[in-house]
Amino acid sequence: MTAETELKPRYIGQSMKRREDPQLITGKGNYIDDIKLAGMLHVALVRSPYAHATIKSIDASKALAHPGVVAVFTGDDMMDINPLPCAWAAGRVKNNVNTPRALAVGTVRHVGEAVAMVLADDRYIARDAADMVDVEYDPLPVVVDAKEATAPGAPQLHENAPNNIVMEWDAGDKAATDAAFASAEVTISEPIINQRLIPTPMETRGSITRYDEATGEFTVWMTSQAPHVMRLLLTAFVFGIPETKLRCISPNVGGGFGQKIFCYNDMAFTMWASRKLARPVKFVEDRAENYKASTHGRDHITDAEICGTKDGMISGLRVKTYANLGGYLSTIAPGIPTTLYGRIISGVYKIPSAYCHVTGVYTNTAMVDAYRGAGRPEASYLIERMIDRFATEIGMDPAEVRRKNFIQPEDFPYQNGLGMLPYDSGNYEPALNKALEMAGYADFRKAQAEARANGTYLGIGISSYVEVCGVAPSAWIGLAGEGWGAGLFESANVRVHLTGKVAVTTGSLPHGQGLETTFAQVVADELGVPYDDVQIQWGDTQGTPFGYGTYGSRSLTVGGTAIKKSVDKIKEKAKKLAAHMLEANEADIVFENGTAYVKGSPDKVKTIGEIALQASVAYSLPEGMEPFLDETSYYDPPNCTFPFGTHISIVEVDPDTGMVDLKRYIAVDDCGNQINPLVVEGQIHGGIVQGIAQALYERAVYNEDGQLLSGTLMDYAIPTAEMSPHIETDHTVTPSPVNPLGVKGAGEAGTIASAQCVMNAVIDALSPFGVKHMQMPASPERVWKAVHSK
Amino acid sequence: MTTITVTVNGKPYTRDVEPRTLLVHFLRENLNLTGTHIGCDTSQCGACVVHLNGVSVKSCTTLAVQCDGAEVTTIEGLADGAILHPLQEGFWEKHGLQCGYCTPGMIMAAADLLKNNPNPSDDEIRHGLEGNLCRCTGYENIVRAVRYAAEKMNTVNAD
Repeated sequence: MTAETELKPRYIGQSMKRREDPQLITGKGNYIDDIKLAGMLHVALVRSPYAHATIKSIDASKALAHPGVVAVFTGDDMMDINPLPCAWAAGRVKNNVNTPRALAVGTVRHVGEAVAMVLADDRYIARDAADMVDVEYDPLPVVVDAKEATAPGAPQLHENAPNNIVMEWDAGDKAATDAAFASAEVTISEPIINQRLIPTPMETRGSITRYDEATGEFTVWMTSQAPHVMRLLLTAFVFGIPETKLRCISPNVGGGFGQKIFCYNDMAFTMWASRKLARPVKFVEDRAENYKASTHGRDHITDAEICGTKDGMISGLRVKTYANLGGYLSTIAPGIPTTLYGRIISGVYKIPSAYCHVTGVYTNTAMVDAYRGAGRPEASYLIERMIDRFATEIGMDPAEVRRKNFIQPEDFPYQNGLGMLPYDSGNYEPALNKALEMAGYADFRKAQAEARANGTYLGIGISSYVEVCGVAPSAWIGLAGEGWGAGLFESANVRVHLTGKVAVTTGSLPHGQGLETTFAQVVADELGVPYDDVQIQWGDTQGTPFGYGTYGSRSLTVGGTAIKKSVDKIKEKAKKLAAHMLEANEADIVFENGTAYVKGSPDKVKTIGEIALQASVAYSLPEGMEPFLDETSYYDPPNCTFPFGTHISIVEVDPDTGMVDLKRYIAVDDCGNQINPLVVEGQIHGGIVQGIAQALYERAVYNEDGQLLSGTLMDYAIPTAEMSPHIETDHTVTPSPVNPLGVKGAGEAGTIASAQCVMNAVIDALSPFGVKHMQMPASPERVWKAVHSK
Repeated sequence: MTTITVTVNGKPYTRDVEPRTLLVHFLRENLNLTGTHIGCDTSQCGACVVHLNGVSVKSCTTLAVQCDGAEVTTIEGLADGAILHPLQEGFWEKHGLQCGYCTPGMIMAAADLLKNNPNPSDDEIRHGLEGNLCRCTGYENIVRAVRYAAEKMNTVNAD
């Protein structure tokens, strides 16, 4: 054979069908509720019907007498374990941290907070018996709105958090921003509400613990995006036991969208009860429980101000946000409206001065933490709405205002003055132009005017966005003062077995992103082996190296790069061994296409399989070389990545009914190099519809008593196929200089771009009625009111 | 307890069940057919769709005792041995799934849709699947997957 063929990527860039799919389309997936263990007990919870109350008494006698019930436990039984940790207290400020216990003790602070657990042989019996537990409450005053919660005289949730304030945080240059506003030609202010959303992965959450009395070891199966992090938090913080006593396993996870990143009470109480009773214990939420008690997202009340010149140059942005964080702090809650929001509020624009102040607030609602995009959709919504407001005010085309203020290609790496790491690379105008062309923007205004004359109200909305992906760098997230105690590196181990088959283990945790396929494409190309010879393994803390898991559009940029680094190490060792096998100088060995050969002598060649065999049988290795091709890497990227793009939507609004018809949705995204365009497009599609849902349909609603009115899928409107548009996609490619794959991430882009894209279109359609802004969702009622209040 | 006999994926099963046992729990807990999923408590999400005597139903709102003497097909029974059903193939080809949790119900609902309307328009596909929620795909590739299957089934039928 000859080895001197040009190295051509064979898999990278190909839209390969996902290797994850055969099991999932035939019903052979293995999700948490599919797991059954011998002797397993089922948990049903008694949850608070009150948003704020003192627990006076709990009487479990009737439940305990019910046939099939094994035990009932309350929070008081579990005082030997600590509350759940808050791992990311926002930086540079005092955080008044209050986190939940496995089960409530003394006081409940939101509807659905777990008060007692019933364990029974069967899930129906457990549910029956939970209804027999008699809990007496003393209701307390309730507050659900973040701004109202900080007002004098508001009900207080926690003694150590006066006025319900979790933290006061700011970013940017206040003095320079105030000065810009003081001297500006045009100043606009707008109250902007980013409503509370419920992430709604189609699989709810749950956990199963098996405690081994003989060894004192726990195994917990969990619906987690980050099992290694859960192991760390549950052992070091909640139970005070060595990490080596806990094994965490994520089986197939049915969607996460952020909600499954965090440390939850069921992980702790199934562990505690399994140890107590020496039996496996299972808890899986139903949907109503997921809505009441797992984390929500967004929920910002903001006063936004923008200023600039009459000819369209933005000179300042000033933002004051109240971020509702719920009754307690979830695992990384304070990091979301600060590091992931306040540091990116200026978006794709070169704004000379910007300042953001955030007040984090406790209220009698479910905890709020990361939901797809996590802070960045809120930032992007805010700036893109304000840019449109500004354009309307000065009578300039919104596309032109964007173009005039874009950060230019030569400005990269770009410092935005808000404490973000420098934007890595970007070229915003081509993406905007491509989207405008796809939308037929040049002709649209004429068509719009003609339609209006006929009583038809069309609108077009533009959204140019940048997101921060690859949430990981210790240089940013782990900086002293930013609040997270460590960099969020990712890991990979690569082994080439005796047979030449390649096993990769990763700390990433795919739950729909197609990482098994994408990672295998990378490894097959980098190592030059057949794609089918590469196996990607994940999800079990026993057998995968420590990594921080999947979220923040980071698994390819950070996890994928960790894999590439391990492959590079394998190749280095393979070259050494090949030189030995070929009796050549190592400096003369070339490794490509899965072979090592002597430069200029392509007949002197060893395949990776032959080298792996030699390394494994370990006869005649070079002096000092250890057997086996087995390399591990932990990758802490020097920077985040900054994907971008422009989305455009066209709507028709019926002023008589308030109905919004989303007629076209166009997305031009730049996520750098694409490993698998099919997977990338799928991520973009899904993200877009979640953002559209925020613009048009979804809103988590609490009444003044703290009851969750949107507590089921009957009341909380996640979109159906009919409510979702056909999506037209295209892309530009601006590789990231941050990582060797040149990738930027695609998991959250769609969501970060789309809500304001649709709202800008709706408001454009309503401009003849004098509408300049309206809050999401643009429900028929709100649209109708906006039309008829003018 | 009530004794029922249900033919599931061509195989008869006789079991004692509580009268209140839901079909989805009967399938998942009694027969270990865990491909049929549960995503809500209110019959919105469709993750639990199976065929009861050839018609798609939400097994979370069907009692097992109602199925005495009936034939049930679940996602595990859709393929012809190793040969995937055109819908399964379509979902794979067109990236019609991500996390896969809604997929069994979505495929079973789509199978019923194509039985009644072998050549649906995209709008008819979207309308036909309104009882099934997917949070991952934005539905675009699900529509493509169903269209792929429709075309394939029509080609096969024409041969």
